[in-house]
Amino acid sequence: MKNPSVDTHLLPADSGTIGTEPLLAVDNLHVEFTTRQGVVRAVNGVSYALNAGETLAVLGESGSGKSVTAQAIMGILDMPPARVPKGEIRFRGTDLLKLSENQRSQIRGQQIAMIFQDALSALNPVFTVGWQIAEMFRVHKGMSKKDSYTKAIELMDRVRIPAARQRVNDYPHQFSGGMRQRIMIAMSIALDPDLLIADEPTTALDVTVQAQIMELLAELQRDSNMGLILITHDLGVVADVADKIAVMYGGRIVENAPVHDIYRNPAHPYTKGLLESIPRVDMKGQELYAIKGLPPNLLDMPTGCAFHPRCPFRQDNCVTDVPALHAISGTRSSACHYWREVLDGTAG
Amino acid sequence: MAPQGDPILEVRDLVKHFPLTQGIVLKRQVGAIKAVDGVSFELNRGETLGVVGESGCGKSTLAKLLMALEKPTSGTVKVNGEVVDLHKGSNLKRFRRNIQMVMQDPYTSLNPRMTVGDIIGEPYEIHTEVAPKGDRRKKVQDLLEVVGLNPDHINRYPHQFSGGQRQRIGIARGLALQPEIIVCDEPVSALDVSIQAQVINLLERLQNEFGLAYIFIAHDLSVVRHISDRVAVMYLGKIVEIGKDTEIYDKPSHPYTQALLSAVPVPNPEGRETRERIILQGDPPSPANPPSGCRFRTRCWKAQEICAVEEPLLQIRPGTDHESACHFAEVHDVVGAS
Amino acid sequence: MSDTLTEQKPVKPPKQKRPASLWSDALYDLRRSKVFIIAAVLIAILVVMSIIPGLFSPVNAFDSSTCDLTIARQGVSSAHWFGTDNLGCDTYSRVIYGARISIMVGVFSTLATTLIGGLLGLLAGFYGRWTDTVLSRLAEVFFAVPSTLGALLILAVVGRDNAGIWTVVLALSVLAWPMVLRIMRAAVMSSKSQDYVVAARALGAGPGRIMQRHILPNAVAPVIVVATMNMGVFIAAEAALSFLGVGIQSPDISWGLMIADARNRFLQAPEALLFPALFLSITVLAFVMLGDAVRDAFDPKLR
Repeated sequence: MKNPSVDTHLLPADSGTIGTEPLLAVDNLHVEFTTRQGVVRAVNGVSYALNAGETLAVLGESGSGKSVTAQAIMGILDMPPARVPKGEIRFRGTDLLKLSENQRSQIRGQQIAMIFQDALSALNPVFTVGWQIAEMFRVHKGMSKKDSYTKAIELMDRVRIPAARQRVNDYPHQFSGGMRQRIMIAMSIALDPDLLIADEPTTALDVTVQAQIMELLAELQRDSNMGLILITHDLGVVADVADKIAVMYGGRIVENAPVHDIYRNPAHPYTKGLLESIPRVDMKGQELYAIKGLPPNLLDMPTGCAFHPRCPFRQDNCVTDVPALHAISGTRSSACHYWREVLDGTAG
Repeated sequence: MAPQGDPILEVRDLVKHFPLTQGIVLKRQVGAIKAVDGVSFELNRGETLGVVGESGCGKSTLAKLLMALEKPTSGTVKVNGEVVDLHKGSNLKRFRRNIQMVMQDPYTSLNPRMTVGDIIGEPYEIHTEVAPKGDRRKKVQDLLEVVGLNPDHINRYPHQFSGGQRQRIGIARGLALQPEIIVCDEPVSALDVSIQAQVINLLERLQNEFGLAYIFIAHDLSVVRHISDRVAVMYLGKIVEIGKDTEIYDKPSHPYTQALLSAVPVPNPEGRETRERIILQGDPPSPANPPSGCRFRTRCWKAQEICAVEEPLLQIRPGTDHESACHFAEVHDVVGAS
Repeated sequence: MSDTLTEQKPVKPPKQKRPASLWSDALYDLRRSKVFIIAAVLIAILVVMSIIPGLFSPVNAFDSSTCDLTIARQGVSSAHWFGTDNLGCDTYSRVIYGARISIMVGVFSTLATTLIGGLLGLLAGFYGRWTDTVLSRLAEVFFAVPSTLGALLILAVVGRDNAGIWTVVLALSVLAWPMVLRIMRAAVMSSKSQDYVVAARALGAGPGRIMQRHILPNAVAPVIVVATMNMGVFIAAEAALSFLGVGIQSPDISWGLMIADARNRFLQAPEALLFPALFLSITVLAFVMLGDAVRDAFDPKLR
């Protein structure tokens, strides 16, 4: 439920770009970390775009750079050790990276919000949940204490926390994992953001609770037409909710496509391998296909295509040339030299 | 794998209550967490029994009880027809040779101060009769090879390996005493997706090679379906449904099993709008104070008065072919499996 | 079916400078810490000084025949760099030879407290229940006594005639072991619940093996830190007790004792007090700095 009378948008809506410019466009983003062992290139030229009301799933394993990208969008990377040497993050046409920290903190929470995997550590243990939700309204909207509490209870109702009025003065540890994640969601949607980033929101939860949370997120998105970036490693969750998918591997996007295309016919060997390697609840498979080898070490990335040491389609040039993100159709692209062969399923 | 002969593991009415105490000097019991509350099952030679359930259902406590790491409040565990007695050293030692475990977290389950050779070789130092001293190093190297690691890396430390490789080291340690049973407690849930398949395949290959029987405890129903011959579903310390994998997944009859299965996301977006989803309301009740009668009744859409009064027994119900603990058990395929 | 199970190469053996284990991390940090290097050099010199004092001083101060009453209470000169004392002994050589007692008290008190406190802490933390209750309560009784005052009391009871290095070590250790117990107990309790300990129990490992192989190696780091720091504290305490007249007695040479002897003529001959005091301060400082550096190196939170 977007309230049009509240104009919190600090960015000029002029640019005349609405309509053509997506809600969020990440363009050739690079992020690196200076560590004792050397420079870690965590994100290496990532581009993706998202429209209002759309759900983009960013799929990847640990170290793929999926969370770092999200943190860069949110502007919550510790700099240093992190650094963004190149790239743009355009939100409604404005490059967030060019804004001052002050301007960014205005956008954070009000227009772009984020929820995390571990709700317990993201909530402050010494304040009641009501106080923490109400704080959003006090700080950003200058509401009175009483009004902000009323809003907090409304929000807790909206994310379906039972007996919200009685529980508003409870502390985070008094809630179960699923309920804590609902509180996080309540805080994140408090100011009606246009973009919500959910970083592994259900990984720590049981399946039945995961189903509840995913349903809640989908419903909130329908009501408010916000864009949702869902960061996950779970191919099942992605298939359930995403409109389109960006698959990340070794700090790069390897495949970008609408959700149906990817599951029907993946165009990158990594995506293909992942889909074939997961057991499924709806069928008893034979032996699983296993992607051989290990995910890349970010300190010592393979030359050429980062996936080449594990790839069944590998040819000589994969070892030397970094594949560009080839456009397959208007909506699909794959960073594989041999995407045609992958689509045809003819392993080299 | 068809069951053959006598069961290798028999669990009868196993109960574990953790007392809740109050007071510092004079402790008095004010209640108990009923972590495992009357669990019975059998495991056959070479078979895999999957145990699924959500956090707090008692599946990890069950693993500890099976490993004799916790003392049961009551009930028995029999291995090869012999009751495991925690107070008899020789009995316990023989038992430990026969049942081993693979743990969830490959980062905390290996001692960071020991080399891989010492970790995998430790079982031989404890059970000296298994391998004479001179043979041990060779045996450890063979084990490394069996689990797909380079035998030359025997002198490395755990931190020099990745998560999947460390899990292989943990598996090699479990195999060292040539047990007949391995209890796997969430063995792949801490691993990256692309590594999970490697470890699952390894476990299956080892089962075929050595005729192992597995208790495979996991919260991931897809993984359990893949690897299990039979499956037990737990809720609040009790088994609510048990049967062959096809019976549980294609013909679930307990409402909880149906809800659990329908909540599992299927990695296939086709028909996702029409797929049946049973969304349970609320959280599981506390195991310190479970509901009367049927423990699932507080979240069940079928609950009637009888459910609060009479505890449903785990038995074969009319119209089903496997045991289910529900007064209103009814087969209902929620997965839409082929 | 094993074709999918390709033999795997372990992660590249860390060709970067350091592998990620606590001990090698700590060593890496220490080698790069200026504080550690300065402290280590100072301590090395002091240790050599206490073992072979003859290297630093041509005069054997342990031999009372080297003293000459006719040259008592002389000032700084080329023959006697730090002057001479009441009995005409060379102050410089006495300061050098005094290092032995300080280092010995520091080392033996630390050894005694670490062994006693460490062992009891291990037992209390590992067995818990009544073992823990009894040992922890016992430790608290000793912990409640202010240590310098307590040591003073013990030594006063022992009496001057029996006092010496071993009584000082005893007095200091009796009151200081509970601190080591507490630290060891906490470290053991946290490593006791680790998965690898559970795994060892599942293999059938007995309590002895579990403590020795699995718990001790993972729990000693904080105890080492405390032991290093205690070393300086014990040396300072010994000087204080000797100064007060209940610690080391003449003819043994102790910096505390030398300071006591020189205090009455401080205005006339400040060097007689200042030089032993300077050595004492440097020694204590060196051990405290070492302890600091070791603590920083072992504390993962500071990384």
